Amino acid sequence: MSKQITVPFGPQHPVLPEPIHLDLVLEDETVVDVIPSIGYVHRGLEKLVEKREYTEYIYVAERICGICSYIHSNTYAQGIEKIMNIEVPERAQYLRTIWSEYSRLHSHLLWLGLFADGMGFESVFMNAWKLREHVLDDMEATTGGRVIQGVCKVGGVRKDISPEKLDEMVKGLKGMESDLRDLTDVFLKDASVIHRLRGAGVLSKEDAYYLGAVGPTARGSGIETDIRQAGYAAYGKINFKPVVEQSGDSYARCAVRAKEMFTSIDIIEQCAKKIPEGPVEVKVTGAPDGEYFARAEQPRGEVIHYIKGNGKKNLVRHRVRTPTFTNIPPLVTLLKGCELADVPIVVLSIDPCIGCAER
Amino acid sequence: MTYFEMTKTVIKSLFSRPATLMYPAKPAKKMALSRGHVTIDPAKCITCRTCQRKCPTQAILVDVKEKTWQLDRMRCIVCNCCVETCPTKCLFMDNQYPDAMTARGGIVKVTVAGPKKKEPAPAAGEPAKKE
Repeated sequence: MSKQITVPFGPQHPVLPEPIHLDLVLEDETVVDVIPSIGYVHRGLEKLVEKREYTEYIYVAERICGICSYIHSNTYAQGIEKIMNIEVPERAQYLRTIWSEYSRLHSHLLWLGLFADGMGFESVFMNAWKLREHVLDDMEATTGGRVIQGVCKVGGVRKDISPEKLDEMVKGLKGMESDLRDLTDVFLKDASVIHRLRGAGVLSKEDAYYLGAVGPTARGSGIETDIRQAGYAAYGKINFKPVVEQSGDSYARCAVRAKEMFTSIDIIEQCAKKIPEGPVEVKVTGAPDGEYFARAEQPRGEVIHYIKGNGKKNLVRHRVRTPTFTNIPPLVTLLKGCELADVPIVVLSIDPCIGCAER
Repeated sequence: MTYFEMTKTVIKSLFSRPATLMYPAKPAKKMALSRGHVTIDPAKCITCRTCQRKCPTQAILVDVKEKTWQLDRMRCIVCNCCVETCPTKCLFMDNQYPDAMTARGGIVKVTVAGPKKKEPAPAAGEPAKKE
């Protein structure tokens, strides 16, 4: 048996700008064990809930993450609405769906860029972010914010999209689709990319299930799990199928995300067709009394907001379980047995967002 | 599995203009709804302190006696909350982002008109508490 050595990976690392620390135990070039440690950017947001009113806290909830910010605020609002039995207008539900899918698009494009950069494929990185800019422009034009939209509120949404703008957005996305196809073809068909990704970090279906993988990590391993199918917001009225890949390696996870972008465009298109007229918000009075587990599908997987109120303006407890936090045990399994040079790719393939994971 | 998958994109990029703006030379993109920074019309402010109570980051400080309205730009998260709740519509959202600032330089203090003479200090507490 050869000698074991430990190589520290992170919290500062060129390919992973996220503050997670992994102790990689190596035998020659092969990783035999991984000890992850987090806690570098803990902000104590869950304690802050006692100091802010439940309507104001949505701004804090939105700032849990800089990428899936919109979906965090959406999930939090859903939870409060369920506790207080607020019926959100249908138009607001559709608008929430549209913005959720926009944020999924921009997150996946960001990730594809970072992933390509991790492989050393910098021109694809630039191309992905060029396309992402169109998505962000639409976000800013409709909500007022590029990444922190601040558009969701308890009882509805704060901004409406005019029918003309909605048409323009759908046309823009349709126009973007061919560019997007060119971009995703690089990931799905290019020989050098396939050579790099195939077989790197394989997660079997059983492991994905028992370790509680969520989102594209689970779907890449053949588990058909997508909280959007539960039908929150307007997803119940939209016809779509989650993208599932079977092989469970980095390529499969990349393919899931690449194909999901087209699903997102399709969902936005369907929403634009079906969206009804009407108000976008209802007046909220009183304070939440009760508890609820609100779930939603983020670009990275399932997010859970546990909200508990006691009839006062400040909530008693707010707990967030983010997808990256859940995906850390699968990550440890993924890394075991892979080469040291594959570690950055495998870590990036779960789309880690440590800011989310630590709150 | 194919080779030279990027060729089409490369040729396209070769014959098109750069995707980025030459920023200081060309002005940055602006949207009508963009949340840049909060401005105030001092003549309309009645120092009711609704904005101060509604501000999630407690960036606004209204002094009723001195008749001043103060905003700490370093604390402000530009959420548009004060603009939406202002009863006299004296706060506005400008779509231009503020320039770089120091922590002390970010404090904006404005002397405002204050409540109109006839109305006895409108709503300095009760309505917002009820909600």
